[in-house]
Amino acid sequence: MDFSLSKQEQLFLQMIREFAEKEVKPLAAEVDESERFPMETVQKMAKLGIMGIPFPVELGGAGGSNILYTMAVEELSRVCATTGVIVSAHTSLCCAPIMEHGTPEQKAKYLPKLASGEWIGAFGLTEPNAGTDASAQQTIAVKEGDHYVLNGSKIFITNAGYAHVYIIMAMTDKSKGTKGISAFIVEKDFPGFSVGKKEKKLGIRGSATCELIMENCIVPAENLLGQEGKGFGIAMKTLDGGRIGIASQALGIAQGAMDETVKYVKERKQFGKAIGQFQNTQFQLADLQTKIEAARLLVRQAAYKKDLKVPYSADAAMAKLFAAETAMEVTTKAVQFHGGYGYTREYPVERMMRDAKITEIYEGTSEVQRMVIAANLLK
Amino acid sequence: MKIVVCIKQVPDTTEIKLDPVTGTLIRDGVPSIMNPDDKGGLEFALQLKDQYGAHVTVITMGPPQAEAILREAYAMGVDRAILLSDRKFGGADTLATSNTIAAALRSLEFDLLITGRQAIDGDTAQVGPQIAEHLDLPQVTYVESLTFDGNKTFTVKKSMEDGYQMVQVDTPCVFTALASGVKPRYMSVRGIVEAYNHPIETWTYNDITVDDQKIGLNGSPTRVFKSFTKGVKAAGQIYEVDPAEAVDIIIGKLKEKFII
Repeated sequence: MDFSLSKQEQLFLQMIREFAEKEVKPLAAEVDESERFPMETVQKMAKLGIMGIPFPVELGGAGGSNILYTMAVEELSRVCATTGVIVSAHTSLCCAPIMEHGTPEQKAKYLPKLASGEWIGAFGLTEPNAGTDASAQQTIAVKEGDHYVLNGSKIFITNAGYAHVYIIMAMTDKSKGTKGISAFIVEKDFPGFSVGKKEKKLGIRGSATCELIMENCIVPAENLLGQEGKGFGIAMKTLDGGRIGIASQALGIAQGAMDETVKYVKERKQFGKAIGQFQNTQFQLADLQTKIEAARLLVRQAAYKKDLKVPYSADAAMAKLFAAETAMEVTTKAVQFHGGYGYTREYPVERMMRDAKITEIYEGTSEVQRMVIAANLLK
Repeated sequence: MKIVVCIKQVPDTTEIKLDPVTGTLIRDGVPSIMNPDDKGGLEFALQLKDQYGAHVTVITMGPPQAEAILREAYAMGVDRAILLSDRKFGGADTLATSNTIAAALRSLEFDLLITGRQAIDGDTAQVGPQIAEHLDLPQVTYVESLTFDGNKTFTVKKSMEDGYQMVQVDTPCVFTALASGVKPRYMSVRGIVEAYNHPIETWTYNDITVDDQKIGLNGSPTRVFKSFTKGVKAAGQIYEVDPAEAVDIIIGKLKEKFII
């Protein structure tokens, strides 16, 4: 067993950390403040291959591993959680299901543009009445000749409005429950497809989160992803992978808040000494960094298993559960360490605390992760 | 066009400290990086490659771990990487280093040789010009930017203390590059993934033709007698005031001490 990073992984870490520090960090506060999608960063990431890390070179990807992908999302989120989720949703929720379930034609048509970052991807499962109970889908798809007609709406869709391609779940047979759900590859310009209102959010405010509306939306039959009725399985498998991305995001946020806190407690003096010299500070920091490191090991274990193509569903759920709760705890305490300053936008920790909360909610709430972990135990 | 770029692995001096007792560098835990001016020079070469399709070789002299910067260079887009490594090369000052590298370069074909202006660990700025002299090639030092006519003539902006010189020079020639003139590209993800699939050619003393009295410790007339950090004499005073008031305070203090 070897827990150290390979030389290739160390080289990757050197690059992604420098990129995050120099290109992403300087924009983070402004992107949050103005709720602006950082398109210039996405273009820079596309050029370097960050938008398609774990996909084959022949299909426009960088030919890397899921370990590298988690390191990228972690390092980006360490300075800007918005940038982290843009990469995560694009990679795990749109490119990955096409890679795993697409026909050779679908892969050839979509992956080169997506994995190279020329196009951005998104994923639509959640509906107003189908959140954690994703089986309560109301969007319907009816086959008419050589195409499907989709009607319904999706909400809280990450990258919406900027994405060219959406993986959309819809009921092709309502009588069959989850076995009546199918997945479709929907392009933004398909007739009847539109993007609705943009949400105003607590955190990850630069990330675009919008409603999708399908009104007699025409989707060519060849854009059915996988088989009819297999959409729920595709969605669940996709979310298994997505959870590794969100766990990495949470891990990055936690480490970012810790970095800021360590810097602050060395500088901030009260009662005649730096607050980092108080044992109360030291013990809390020690506990928090131990949790961060544990989260990192869980994230890397899940990614490692995904790379080995062995089952990783429970590993991804544990990684996301633990990393998200760690992120919330670390960022909340980071604000506390910073005192009144931490509550202001003069320091980044209040943003990190707002950003952390979503990691306990999206791509499966912490409660859903516990359901997945328990189901795996009791099966 | 064939371009060779000389690069060096150096300790990241922004994170380095001197042992106050022995006066030597504390290298433990200090990351090693590609020397910034060399990286600037590499970027010039890669831009020429992008524009004119050049073949770019990087060469470094150093211990086996210097391989790391050659992998980094591959991930940035070079075509060939050579590591000059032999115990006989150890302990070299700038003259012995330039003798060794020049000897290696004699067996390489190139139109343009680029080195960094200086390395951040020694700051001598001597090796590049010395190589040019050994090889009897025209050189332009302190290059901040360059344009190429696509044939054999470069127009180079050379930085001076009080301005710039625009210099025209034909290949073959040597430039020493400034990091400030160019923003080096990031390694690409694909470049990183493939960096360890490429060969690193290791050249030892036996692979080059050089007089062994001109290399390593034997070939080094310079000896470092002592390194030390300048002691801090007294705690300073900090004033948090606006710049105009600060000037008055500084002038006042200097007059007080009869410095001005």
